[in-house]
Parts: sequence; C-alpha cells; structure tokens
Amino acid sequence: MSSLTFSPRDGPEQRLDLSPLIAQNLAGKTVAEIERIEVGTTRVRVSAGDIFRIHDGDRDSILIESGAERFDRVGMGMTSGAIRVEGQVGVEAGRLMSGGALTIGGDAGPFAGSGMKGGTLEIKGNAGERLGGPLSGETIGMSGGVLHVRGDVGARAGDRLRRGFILIEGRAGAYAGSRMIAGTLAIGDEAGDLPGYLMSRGTILLGRGAALFSPTFGDCGEHDLVAAQLLANYVGQASAKLAGLFRQPLRRLAGDLAALGKGEILLPSR
Amino acid sequence: MPELMANGIAIDDTFAEAFDMRATAIVITAPTDRWAAQAATTMTGFATSVIACGCEAAVESVRSSEQTPDGRPGVRVLMFAVSTAELQKQLQNRVGQCVLTSPGSACYAGLDSGEDKLKLGDAIRFFGDGWQIAKRLGARRYWRVPVMDGEFVCESTTYLTKKAVGGGNLIVMGKSAAKTLAATEAAVEAMREIADVIMPFPGGIARSGSKVGSKYKGASASTNDPYCPTLKGAVDSALSPEIASVLEIVIDGLTSEAVAAAMRAGLAAIIELGAERGALRVGAGNYGGKLGRHHYHLKDLLP
Repeated sequence: MSSLTFSPRDGPEQRLDLSPLIAQNLAGKTVAEIERIEVGTTRVRVSAGDIFRIHDGDRDSILIESGAERFDRVGMGMTSGAIRVEGQVGVEAGRLMSGGALTIGGDAGPFAGSGMKGGTLEIKGNAGERLGGPLSGETIGMSGGVLHVRGDVGARAGDRLRRGFILIEGRAGAYAGSRMIAGTLAIGDEAGDLPGYLMSRGTILLGRGAALFSPTFGDCGEHDLVAAQLLANYVGQASAKLAGLFRQPLRRLAGDLAALGKGEILLPSR
Repeated sequence: MPELMANGIAIDDTFAEAFDMRATAIVITAPTDRWAAQAATTMTGFATSVIACGCEAAVESVRSSEQTPDGRPGVRVLMFAVSTAELQKQLQNRVGQCVLTSPGSACYAGLDSGEDKLKLGDAIRFFGDGWQIAKRLGARRYWRVPVMDGEFVCESTTYLTKKAVGGGNLIVMGKSAAKTLAATEAAVEAMREIADVIMPFPGGIARSGSKVGSKYKGASASTNDPYCPTLKGAVDSALSPEIASVLEIVIDGLTSEAVAAAMRAGLAAIIELGAERGALRVGAGNYGGKLGRHHYHLKDLLP
C-alpha cells in the first residue's frame, strides 16, 4: 500500500501545528475526516484539507511532499509508523516522540527532537538551536531514541540530555551538551565554545575539537577504550563517519568538575 | 545387561539419567586469545561438580573477533547450578574475582533470551566506588568500571534458562588405561563441536565416577566401586574380566536436545575409533530412572 500523502497547495499564511498528523491519530479516519483536522495556530481556522491535497494510503507511512519552514511540530508525540518530509520543517519536529521513524529531508528549526523518548529522527539538512533539549520549565531533555543530523546544528544541542543518542555529522554551536544528565552526543566536526557546560554524566565525542574548552574539565590522557568500540558498533548503524571517530585512541576529558563531574568529552588524539 | 555391538564395541542397553538445572552463559573478551582463555580458565577453575563446587562451568566455545560485541577475541562460558540463587552467587563471585581481575578483560551476556535475568555488571559495578559509568546501547546496558589498566566493561545482566540439563554421561570402558583414554578423548573432542554443552571435568573427563552415599557419615558420594577395575574380584562388579580402565564424560547442556546431540557425537567418535584402538564397551550412569526426568538411551543415540 502506498503512503498517505500530503501535497501542499500553496505556502501557508500562518504557522501550522502539524502534530495531529501522526499514525496513531489518523488510524481509522477517512480522508474526509483527516481533511477536517485543524492545524492552524491563529484565530483564522485552518484545517488539513485547506493546506494539503491528501492522497489516501497507509496510515503508518505518511509522506509530506515539499516541506515548509512554517510546518511546526511535525511528528510530535508519534509512537509508531513512519513520517517522511520532503523538505524543511519548522520548530519542534519530533518533539516527545517515543517510537517510529521521522525523516526530514531538509532543515529543521529549533527544538527538533525536544524531549524525545524513543524512535529515530533523521534530519538530512541542518537543525536549529536546542536540538533534543527541553522547553522552558522542563527538567529533562531527550530521554531515549536516536536523533541523527547530517548537517550542522545550533547552540545548546543535547541540553539536559538524559538517555539516547544525538549524532551530528557537521558542526555544533556553543554549549553543546550543556547540563547533560547522561546519554551520548557525538559531533563529527568542530563544536562551538564550552561543550559539556555543567554536564553531570554522559559522553560527548568531538570529532574536531571545540573552539573553547571549559577549564573545569580534567585531562585524563589518551586511551584505547573497549566501551568506544561498543559505541562505534552502535553508532555505525546510523553513521559510518561518526562510528569511525570512535575507532581510534581517544583523549578523555572528565567533567564538568564544576558540576557532578562524572561525564566525559572524548577527542581523537590524531 | 543386553548389549548392542558397533564396530566391535559393546554398547550397553542402558540410559544416562540427567537432571533439570539452572544455567547461564557469558562471553569474555580480551586483547588477545591467550588472555581471553586465561580469564575463562581462571573463572571456571574448581567448577567440576555441584556436589562441592557450587556450580559446574567450562568454556563452551572460542569466539573470533567478528563474533564478539567489542571486536576482540573471546570465549563463551556456560555455568550450571541447582538453584537461581546459587547460580547468581557463583556468577558474581567468579566474574568478580577471576574476570574483573584479568588484564584487559570485558564480559558480556552469553544468552540472548531466557526465563529470568541474572546480575552481571549490576553486581560488579560497585567495585568502581562511584566512578562506574553506565551506557545503554539499544536494549543492552553496559557498565564501565575504572581499573588500573583502563576500564572493565561488563554488560549489566545476562539471561538465565531453567530448561538446562545436567548429568548427561557416557561411561567408557577399555582393556587398558591408554586405549580407554584415547577413546574418551576422541569423544570429548567430538562433543566440543556441539553448541550449548560443556563437559565440566578436567579436560572433559572424570576418572572418579561416584555413587550416591558412603559407608562414612557425612559423605554424600563415594567411589563407584562396581566400576573400579581393581575391585573386580572383591565387589559385585559391573565390569567383565577384560576391562582394565573406566572413564566417564559428564555433559551439561542448555537444552536436553543439546545434551543428546553431544552424547550422539561422542558415541559416534568412540565407535569410529573402534575396539582395537579405543574402547571395548560403552555404558551410561543412572539411578534407576527415579531421580532425573531426562533419560538418554544409548541405543537411540547410535550413529
């Protein structure tokens, strides 16, 4: 069966909340019922049928043709199935998702994968700030799953990461892995200032170092870590580039010693 | 006892009687084959019989670097005990004292499923004194415990099976010690090709098979005098005059099918070697069929 396909009519005149368009919400609904789902965010009421031409298909396989920067909360709260967006999306893509696979063909805005608990989120372009991080007032960020960005990301990627993997093949902004509780954050290229700022536990791998390191990380020297091989094998399922970074002697910086100090930053020694 | 003949070897029309046991498996890796084997050998020392060792354990197979979680050489160890509590105690003590301490070692679950779980790294992690780090990779969780040569990596748990069987056996009888040993060695070598079984006695062979009870108070087992060739003329012996040496292979398996497969492979190897170079007779140990629910009739296992 082909995918349930949403083909945008024209550029939306307001930001859209597409969080209702997920498999568990669409199961059992007819196309007409799906067209009546409200997706607007202003006083002007907008339904899915106003924005998209909807072609019937498998509710567990959703395709959004031609994304837009105003498509917010794509895949938010999804628990199963697959959603594929051919293009960019707005804020909070995949926020609080706990299962399934969300694929963004282009760029994603801030808070992509915010608080996600499981499943996989792949962003083929760049992502905005606070990737996987909590919204204001929330105490933990991402707590499970795999968040994979093939491009660059903004500041505070992995803020308050608690469990799961954030894999960034490009560069990261300042404060990557800030306040990390645990989990693993891998950055293929250079990170901005102060990675791991106030992290308690967890692992940050920096493929090409950082612009500025906090003096509150202690150099523990270079090591061949068995655990790095396990990480490489796991990360390799998503990114061969990042897996390769783990398969070499790594310099270990322990920190942030201004916080609990049981986290680590790993750096290739060559 | 009615006998079958195969390649000049008498096969007793009898059966091996085996018992339900609890079992687990772990994979030990190290920087080299030698150190993986060393850790496993140390861990499985003094683990021949539950009668006095607490468990029965041995190396089941050697794993290449492509077959281990961390890409290093390894071995798979099976461990059997009579209760879950005893198995947990033995696993914890032996991994803690023998694998954790071995240079460069790491330790992983060797069973991917089972009725219950046993603590592996979850029991050892406290050695890290607060510096241990947990890392969850998909469904698996590992502990990284800092030690003096780096880190000891240990999976948090391993599975336990309640379908394990202990006490499958073959009794190999020959006209000289050398020929009996040759036949028994051939059988053990063939059995080692079978997955999910171990032969826990030294080199897979026991020369001091036992009977239940003793004339002495406090001894739960004593020498199996009907099978002692030096007592042939003094007791109600099970041996004919030409038998001068008897050895036993005890087999523990994760499943009853694995034990049967190992016994079948061992019997085939003994028969292939023939009476001239090896055994004259093969039997099996049982307790009349009343104690263990697993009965392996030799006639059903002939090649």
